[in-house]
Amino acid sequence: MSTVRIPPTLRASIGGAKQVEVTGATVREIVAGLVATYPALGAQLLAGDGELNRFVNAFLNDTDVRHLQALDTPVAEEDTLVLLPAMAGG
Amino acid sequence: MAIEILPTTARPTERTRISGLRCRGCGRAEPIGLSYVCAACFGPLEVEYDYAAAGRTLTRASIAERAPGMWRYFELLPVEAPPARGLPVGSTPLLAADRLAPALGLERLWIKDDTRNPSLSFKDRAVAVAAARAVGFGVEALACASTGNLAGATAAAAAALGLPAYVFIPADLEPAKVDHALAYGATVVPIEGTYDDVNRLCLELADETGWGFVNVNLRPFYAEGSKTLAFEIAESLGWRSPDVVVAPVASGAMFTRIARGFDELAEVGLIERRPIRFVGGQAAGCAPVATAWAAGTDVIEPVRNPDTIVRSLAIGNPADGRYCVALADASGGSIEAIDDLATAAAIRDVARLEGIYPETAGGVTLAAAAAARRRGVIRAGDEVVALLTGNGLKTPDARTLGAGNPVAAAGRPGLAPAIGPSLAAFERWMGGAA
Repeated sequence: MSTVRIPPTLRASIGGAKQVEVTGATVREIVAGLVATYPALGAQLLAGDGELNRFVNAFLNDTDVRHLQALDTPVAEEDTLVLLPAMAGG
Repeated sequence: MAIEILPTTARPTERTRISGLRCRGCGRAEPIGLSYVCAACFGPLEVEYDYAAAGRTLTRASIAERAPGMWRYFELLPVEAPPARGLPVGSTPLLAADRLAPALGLERLWIKDDTRNPSLSFKDRAVAVAAARAVGFGVEALACASTGNLAGATAAAAAALGLPAYVFIPADLEPAKVDHALAYGATVVPIEGTYDDVNRLCLELADETGWGFVNVNLRPFYAEGSKTLAFEIAESLGWRSPDVVVAPVASGAMFTRIARGFDELAEVGLIERRPIRFVGGQAAGCAPVATAWAAGTDVIEPVRNPDTIVRSLAIGNPADGRYCVALADASGGSIEAIDDLATAAAIRDVARLEGIYPETAGGVTLAAAAAARRRGVIRAGDEVVALLTGNGLKTPDARTLGAGNPVAAAGRPGLAPAIGPSLAAFERWMGGAA
């Protein structure tokens, strides 16, 4: 099982937990597993084409998955996935 | 900078002037609060106004009677009234740059000199609004993720308000910017990594600490502060807009909010609505928005390892990038990628020709104006406003890139050799050099 950290905006959809354990071999499978368990997350995380909604950034062990293999990035059991809103500005 | 008690001649308007927050993605409404992300779609939240209500008290006549500073236009900012405490931000000059213009291939150039705000950058505008709201929300501390300018602005505003400041920066940031934030008493937290790493950390921290991160959980309010650049430009021009606005693009928040500012002025009847072309400048070593614009797409491919002297624009994953591309396209503008040598040369040019010394983002902006002129986006006779958004003392090493630091001959620019404190020594040097 890999760890997924959940930002406050999404916690209501999963019963308030800060993080959950999800099984999956890729980021895509992890996200799909999350949505299968917590269907309310689907509207928040996914676009119509099944890709991540454009306002969601996913970080695997603190690296933006777009710098890796995006949703096809392999995920190991000890890995941590963080979902965060796309927002930056200094 | 001394704390200024701002005049309160302007009365708060009724609460309906600020309608609430609205998601830029799906349009869902949320009440005003420390929320910054749409609960439905994760999109960014923006402040929404009732422009009819704002326009009732925001008139050319009422503005003319108010004290200088960014709160002259408070009806179009997300505050109920000008805050009682704060630094004197804004009302920076719009200067005719007649000597620089020909060097950039331009005929009519104005410089919005925002190098002279309290902490020496335009970020004071954004932070002033965020801080005013933060006080109302009762946050325990102000904080930010910064490429440098925001660090100083947040630290200064917190000092003026008596709040602790926590400033998160990339560990290899320019020393002058780090020292600047330290001087105001901030706790500076250097992070091993890029700005984008710092930003990601702060997104997580904002939700856990209870602090007001000006560019995270206060972002809907923070972003609004940059509109005052547009308000001031229009007022300085005698309540009208220019043909072209040239500004730097990092996250893209300021670039897009300037456009919104002009749009709102037209909405409340302060200016006539005329087309404005918006030209953005990025450093070639971190140009995700310029790259997308050139490729004709609004999908921003993040830059993992920015490589540029322009640290203030080194955001590899700009949140408002797609909106910048849309604005440049819709307005007939462009997003230019500028190499560091051109940036340094532009800093030297504006300093020696106009007496204004900007930091690296200013060099990018001026070089972008020249590039847009060469591209034909800026046309002969256009009236152009270029925004110099930070002070050169923050990036002292950038100026000499590609130019060396020559020892002056007598009567020529550069650093003269040390000579004895005597008339004879000076005459020897002058004579020897001549």
